Amino acid sequence: MEHIVIIGNGIAGVTAARHIRKQSDKKITLISAEADYFFSRTALMYVYMGHMRWWDIEPYESYFWKKNDLNLKNAYVEKVATNAKTLHFAEGGTMQYDKLIIASGSTTNTFGWEGLDLNGVQGLVTKQDLEKLEKNAPNKKECPSAVIVGGGLIGVEMAEMLRTRGIEVTMLVREDAFWTSALPKPEAEMLSRHIQSHGVDIRHETNLDKILGDENGNVRAVVVKETGEEIPCNVVGITTGVKPNISFLKDSGIETDIGILVNRKLETNIKDVYAIGDCAQQREPIGNRPPVEAVWYTGRIMGETLAQTICGNPWEYNPGNWFNSAKFFDIEYQTYGWVQPKRRRKDSEAQFHWKCKSDLRAVTISYHKESRLFLGINTFGIRMRHEVFDRWLNEKRDVDYVMQNLKQANFDPEFYRKYEKEILSAYKNQQPVTA
Amino acid sequence: MSTFQRNMSLTGEPPKTINTQQKIASFIGLAGLLVLFIALFNVNFPNKTLWLSVSLLAIAAGTIWFARAEYLTKLAGIKNNGVYFKSLSSRGFWGWILGITLTLFYVALYWFPQYLGLVKDGDNTGVISLFDPLSKFLSGNPASQWFLYGTLYTLAILAFGIKFIWKYRHNRYEVIRTFSVMFFQLSFAFVIPEILVRLNQPYYDFKNIWPLNYELFAGYKIDEFLSAGDVGLIMLIFGILSIFVITPILTYKYGKRWYCSWVCGCGGLAETAGDPFRHLSDKRMVAWKVERWVVHSVVVFVTVMTTAVVFSYLQGNESQSISEWSGLENKTVLMSDPDGKPINERILAAQKAKASQVIFINKAESKKAPVLETTEGINIPFHVISETENEIALTRLKSGLSASLLVDSASKEYITINDGVETSFFDNLWISKEFFIWFVIGLLTLVFGGVMLFRREQLAKDAKYGAIGYFVVVTSILLFTYFSTPGKLFFFNAYELRQTYGFLIGAMFSGVIGVGFYPIFGNRVWCRFGCPMAAILGFQQRLFSRFRITTNGGQCISCGNCSTYCEMGIDVKAYAQKGENIVRSSCVGCGICSAVCPRGVLKLEDGPRKGRIEGNEVLLGNDVDLMEYVNEK
Repeated sequence: MEHIVIIGNGIAGVTAARHIRKQSDKKITLISAEADYFFSRTALMYVYMGHMRWWDIEPYESYFWKKNDLNLKNAYVEKVATNAKTLHFAEGGTMQYDKLIIASGSTTNTFGWEGLDLNGVQGLVTKQDLEKLEKNAPNKKECPSAVIVGGGLIGVEMAEMLRTRGIEVTMLVREDAFWTSALPKPEAEMLSRHIQSHGVDIRHETNLDKILGDENGNVRAVVVKETGEEIPCNVVGITTGVKPNISFLKDSGIETDIGILVNRKLETNIKDVYAIGDCAQQREPIGNRPPVEAVWYTGRIMGETLAQTICGNPWEYNPGNWFNSAKFFDIEYQTYGWVQPKRRRKDSEAQFHWKCKSDLRAVTISYHKESRLFLGINTFGIRMRHEVFDRWLNEKRDVDYVMQNLKQANFDPEFYRKYEKEILSAYKNQQPVTA
Repeated sequence: MSTFQRNMSLTGEPPKTINTQQKIASFIGLAGLLVLFIALFNVNFPNKTLWLSVSLLAIAAGTIWFARAEYLTKLAGIKNNGVYFKSLSSRGFWGWILGITLTLFYVALYWFPQYLGLVKDGDNTGVISLFDPLSKFLSGNPASQWFLYGTLYTLAILAFGIKFIWKYRHNRYEVIRTFSVMFFQLSFAFVIPEILVRLNQPYYDFKNIWPLNYELFAGYKIDEFLSAGDVGLIMLIFGILSIFVITPILTYKYGKRWYCSWVCGCGGLAETAGDPFRHLSDKRMVAWKVERWVVHSVVVFVTVMTTAVVFSYLQGNESQSISEWSGLENKTVLMSDPDGKPINERILAAQKAKASQVIFINKAESKKAPVLETTEGINIPFHVISETENEIALTRLKSGLSASLLVDSASKEYITINDGVETSFFDNLWISKEFFIWFVIGLLTLVFGGVMLFRREQLAKDAKYGAIGYFVVVTSILLFTYFSTPGKLFFFNAYELRQTYGFLIGAMFSGVIGVGFYPIFGNRVWCRFGCPMAAILGFQQRLFSRFRITTNGGQCISCGNCSTYCEMGIDVKAYAQKGENIVRSSCVGCGICSAVCPRGVLKLEDGPRKGRIEGNEVLLGNDVDLMEYVNEK
């Protein structure tokens, strides 16, 4: 029987395993050194915040794996010998595979600052990071203050986590507003204000210079590059993005760049070795997508796609319309299609921006200046239907149609105030913002 | 009562700590409870009205102030920080203390009300006597343990309702829904029934529907309705319409949430005072299996029990069933059914039951009055009268007044029944026990047959076997009742059956386990495992309703918040992560899964039944061709 071995039990690896199992009775083994069972990485924060216990963020009960004949192995793959189709474990021992799927995910991306090795400096990507944070910042007595470096999704999560324990948080953001690498300025500024309203000292256009330690090797403070100011703190959260977790593939012969290089069928340069999820890098970027996509949904889609190929139905990774979502403290965010931030925006893209008086809701709709083709939407504080936008994008609707029919896409709970009228009248009265 | 469900961990770090305001508020609330506690030990308060007001106001004020300090000092949003760190809400020390206290309270309430100060013939003492002024103000009667319970119950729903509204003030669905349960508890469950009593009408909570209100069709209740004239009849008809007409229509349109989380009193307490414990429900597959067996068994139990009770009530109304144990001492027996058992045998039976005389009311003018086949052994008087000739006199008799009846004979003599002579009417209901039992069997067959015919594909395999099994069991029990010893069901009589149901389900399950164990098993244990009403509504919701929880395309990240905070123990994310809508019979539509979802994936809505349950294994956002390929397979 063919043995499919999957390195990594995150969303990409587990989805691939489930879909292979649906279509075949191949032997399947999932290997992870991080956790015994699959868990939702995006939910790590809720364990620290006391919303859930660890096993609440595991999507499947433990009987699931046995029932579906999915073998789990807790081990760290140290070396992949592709010639012999053998994996070598750090704990000792080896494992043979017929086909290998690498779904090893990401690790924290750093910029080589001084003091990274001090106690209290950490990212927030893995289960071990969560355990470390519980140790480094158990409460505000042991950890009165923390500094978070980087204004992105993980940074704001970490800020929210620490605030629940009354810890003072300073966020150092390189740009002039929160997450402008992905969001248009008006939205980014609204989020900066919201983050501030939750008691976070968010400092824009501020970079980290170095991290200072005390005589015991613990973090004492950080130094700001621009001003030289020292900010005392007990924990430094490094949240300047993630990078593929591929260091164990050195000398394996598998071709890598930032991530593991794959073609559209998710095949690496070596036969019977595939890569999916955060660790994979497309040789040719697809549409507007970056070559490495570290997103829950794309990991899942790659898993679904590769399962087809493995089960004898070769299929190309061909994701549909882009979508994503997040939550920044109390503001939910969803996006469908492409709304580009300034640095990636083409001249042909125009954006209509609406913001609610409460400063908690906003909508940005982007469209083609000449053809008025609807390109995408960012929505904050108003839930919208995925299915409707997916359809409108496929049908290539124009922006006026979308504005007129926005009500159809509303997904807020019953009895919520509706804002479509206000948005539509703002759209009619307002000149498109191009800033 | 559940009024001290607040964060008791006075020490520790955020998010476990409480602030100074909350400490003062806790003190005030506990002081209010202390008054009740002191009263429990028979300390006689000089001014009961004053002290009861002080106590209830302090409890309410403490709770509300505590909530204000907890929520209004923070920005609007989800407030679950530290839920699993707090001792009270994570089955810690304070959780157990609260659970034990509540359980003891329920045990006293149901089985030892004398310790609460209930005195049957005489003035109440203890804590119940403290509630006398309020009870007298409302209904004119002294308080009972149920009045005390009702008052505290209502107070808990109102005070914790305000807390809940502040906690979810950003969510209008939750706010409006909570106002609704507060309204129904205060008016329908608490004030209106008391006022009905004051107006000499039957005590009736219009929103308490059979089978949750399992006593609705108990003999004594039917007697009460029937003797209350038009109002009583309207109540009885409303009670029947509620379960057979109103409930199915509303459940079709909105799902069972219209009742379980908008109207119901049990739901009301669970959603307000029980909210801090909603995450404690068991989400495992095994719990779901247990739930389905237990709750449907309760449905069978209550159906059989109610049928038996009504059956024996109807039977008791038949002159054919008169026996030496009918207890007719010195009573005048009036009967009117000419068919069946010979009249002389019935008279003999009445004689054995020590009746003073028997009168046969001839209802049909055209028909000859029945003639006794033999008078052997009969030594009490027997008369035949015509109904039309004695209409006014019979009405007087039914109201307990004296009357003279014209005997149907050539001599036209009168018999006079004086004041104080008790009468016992038989054969005066329009439905017979035969009609009733076949009606029930017919109705069950109709429902079951309809489901098997039109919804078979929606029932999973084991649900189908379960349904068939239950149908066979229920029908055979009913048939057994019909053909076997009168009034007995497997050698239990109907009255004992109702007592057993009341003890096991009404008291043990809904009270002691249902509320007493809030801090251990979560706030909807009763609704999930025990409530027959919820099971029946759930059955409709699953198969005949427009309600569903819609999953938003492929946006689910399997974080688990929805499942964790589902008070009914539904593993919501198991559906959401597959892109499937959630259509589960147990869902009470509280809306919290949708509220706590960080990615806007869930929405409660009513819509067309087509495409209500969808199972796209490959989710939206994917390659369109791949989706088609996999879904076709």
